Amino acid sequence: MSKEPVAVIGVGQTKHVAARRDVSIAGLVREAAQRALEDAELTWADIDAVVIGKAPDFFEGVMMPELYLADALGAVGKPMLRVHTAGSVGGSTALVAANLVAARVHGTVLTLAFEKQSESNAMWGLSLPIPFQQPLLAGAGGFFAPHVRAYMRRSGAPDTIGSLVAYKDRRNALKNPYAHLHEHDITLEKVQASPMLWDPIRYSETCPSSDGACAMILTDRAGAARAPRPPAWMLGGAMRSEPTLFAGKDFVSPQAGKDCAADVYRQAGIADPRRDIDAVEMYVPFSWYEPMWLENLGFAAEGEGWKLTESGVTELDGDLPVNMSGGVLSTNPIGASGMIRFAEAALQVRGQAGEHQVDGARKVLGHAYGGGSQFFSMWLVGARPPDS
Amino acid sequence: MTSEEAPAVREIAVVAFAQTDHRRSTEESSEVEMLMPVLHEVLAQTGLKTADIGFTCSGSSDYLAGRAFSFTLALDGVGAWPPISESHVEMDGAWALYEAWTKLLTGDADTALVYSYGKSSPGSLRDVLTRQLDPYYVAPLWPDSIALAALQAQALIDAGHTDEPALAAVGARSRADATANPHAQLKGQIPHGDHVVRPLRTGDCPPVGDGAAAVILAAGERARDLCARPAWIRGIDHRIEAHGLGVRDLTDSPSTRLAAEKAGAFEQPVDTAELHAPFTAQEVILRRALRLGDDVRVNPSGGALAANPVMAAGLIRIGEAAARIHRGDSDRALAHATSGPCLQQNLVAVLEGDPR
Repeated sequence: MSKEPVAVIGVGQTKHVAARRDVSIAGLVREAAQRALEDAELTWADIDAVVIGKAPDFFEGVMMPELYLADALGAVGKPMLRVHTAGSVGGSTALVAANLVAARVHGTVLTLAFEKQSESNAMWGLSLPIPFQQPLLAGAGGFFAPHVRAYMRRSGAPDTIGSLVAYKDRRNALKNPYAHLHEHDITLEKVQASPMLWDPIRYSETCPSSDGACAMILTDRAGAARAPRPPAWMLGGAMRSEPTLFAGKDFVSPQAGKDCAADVYRQAGIADPRRDIDAVEMYVPFSWYEPMWLENLGFAAEGEGWKLTESGVTELDGDLPVNMSGGVLSTNPIGASGMIRFAEAALQVRGQAGEHQVDGARKVLGHAYGGGSQFFSMWLVGARPPDS
Repeated sequence: MTSEEAPAVREIAVVAFAQTDHRRSTEESSEVEMLMPVLHEVLAQTGLKTADIGFTCSGSSDYLAGRAFSFTLALDGVGAWPPISESHVEMDGAWALYEAWTKLLTGDADTALVYSYGKSSPGSLRDVLTRQLDPYYVAPLWPDSIALAALQAQALIDAGHTDEPALAAVGARSRADATANPHAQLKGQIPHGDHVVRPLRTGDCPPVGDGAAAVILAAGERARDLCARPAWIRGIDHRIEAHGLGVRDLTDSPSTRLAAEKAGAFEQPVDTAELHAPFTAQEVILRRALRLGDDVRVNPSGGALAANPVMAAGLIRIGEAAARIHRGDSDRALAHATSGPCLQQNLVAVLEGDPR
């Protein structure tokens, strides 16, 4: 059976910062949504439904905040869905919204994801109590560092790769006015001299804690025809999950990530991702995840991802730019981080990415993951509508 | 798009339903342990295995579990290996079912497993639910869920739509009906009790309990393969209202009415309605909003007044309505789920069996 093609016609985000003390949670999400509406030149009345996502409610201390946010997002009298799939939630939220359009349930949908981390303490929120996790597992870095170490051992990557990624992403962020970290004096040496937090992850190779929101307007073919600016067309989208902990799990390159990418490529008719995809916005909260995900997503053979990074292929002017926006390493409102990846992919193919625009970006992958590398959501967007 | 060009809408049905026995406390088991038997049972009803399911979606709340990312471990109970296509809403499972329904509509999957669960026993539910309120102006005052429902009940009495004896009768009927429901937490003749918050007495309020539920959806012929009499989802819609109680008419539920209209509930009469009305006065409001006559069998399961496992109670309404169609006790049933204080958000589904 046929699906309705889905187009992104509006993107809005806040300037991400450590603490937005000038606005409430409602004020924050409203700002991003308003900007997305302005981009699409639509009003609140044009929106048929709202799909909102964020990572755990404990981060702000509000249970099911969509109830409280219904007014701020113009959802009164409309359907409102709340998605939560851990760190992948921003991507999943966009995909749930896209399904409403693809299924022809709604014509135009506002989707939004946010996190106002300054309202709480993410380190606490991410340190689950025993017996659910082992003691002394401080935050996400404590969970992921051993898997980075496993990757280094398995691939033989030199220990300089992580700092190259961080240096690149922080420089890319300087070109993105919405990015949280704008480190104008960044140097490779400064990254390499930063304190070791969770060996082998250094301070400058980790993501910040940000307040921010990201919104998109998704619409059908008719809505796209009326859009004032070029739409980004969804060519494929998928989610995959696997259990957190089990004997057969490969934490370095989870099967769920490979399967998710394969599904997206099948939908989009991508035979060779390295050749057919122009740029990638991937979820890299710790620098080493760039080479790890390059392999998991099929851009490099197993053990070879770090060579793409080392040779400059993933630089903004490289052959396969990765995290043109500065990535999660430069901006991390956790619940929104996945949607920012999806939105940046859309901005690139719309030619709306400003100073970090990749020339000729026609097909761009947006990627998000969450939990203990167990939840994946991805979409591939293109400048041209899907063939069928 | 003109109607000639519109492709036929895919037919989707509830083909299986299972739930736990709902109990005041299940401290001897984890959420995964509580959920596992329900997942096994619903799969066994259809003969499907986890790997056969096209899409999985769940509903739950971290605040009940008292722990961030609580749903991630529940996935272990599903047995998500090899990896599955899966999603989660931080809402009642009825909305997880809605997401699964849209997924099946796109044609990306033919079957879906939907589950939800909630354990209220580890904390004080009345206090926990205050954390749903506006965090700056309302939540700091800790107005609890029963106090807010009492505000609504009093408004309804003041408007002349009901009185305390009528509310008592709703409670008594629900718990009498629940005697036929092996999963219900409260059943039989129970004294209506003293006021908790005027005008609500203990008998006007739902029991606090732990429980889980699961449903399997299937599209088209697949549904007929899996179930002798599928409960076809003829329409499903949900709507939200303003959060602030001061800007709502608490005696009415316009979001329920609108959702029902969009779901096609008013096009033909229903014979059964499973309403997610945790408080007696809310049944009165929902009956009016849904224009249910006295001939409609309301909450034959006993409803949320007999068992209200938070985050699963809405999905159970859809499951109970579907099960009646599966058994031939109903031909056209309405199922309703609610979320938020004083019926802020409401979902309505219309289910039908094939003609007999």
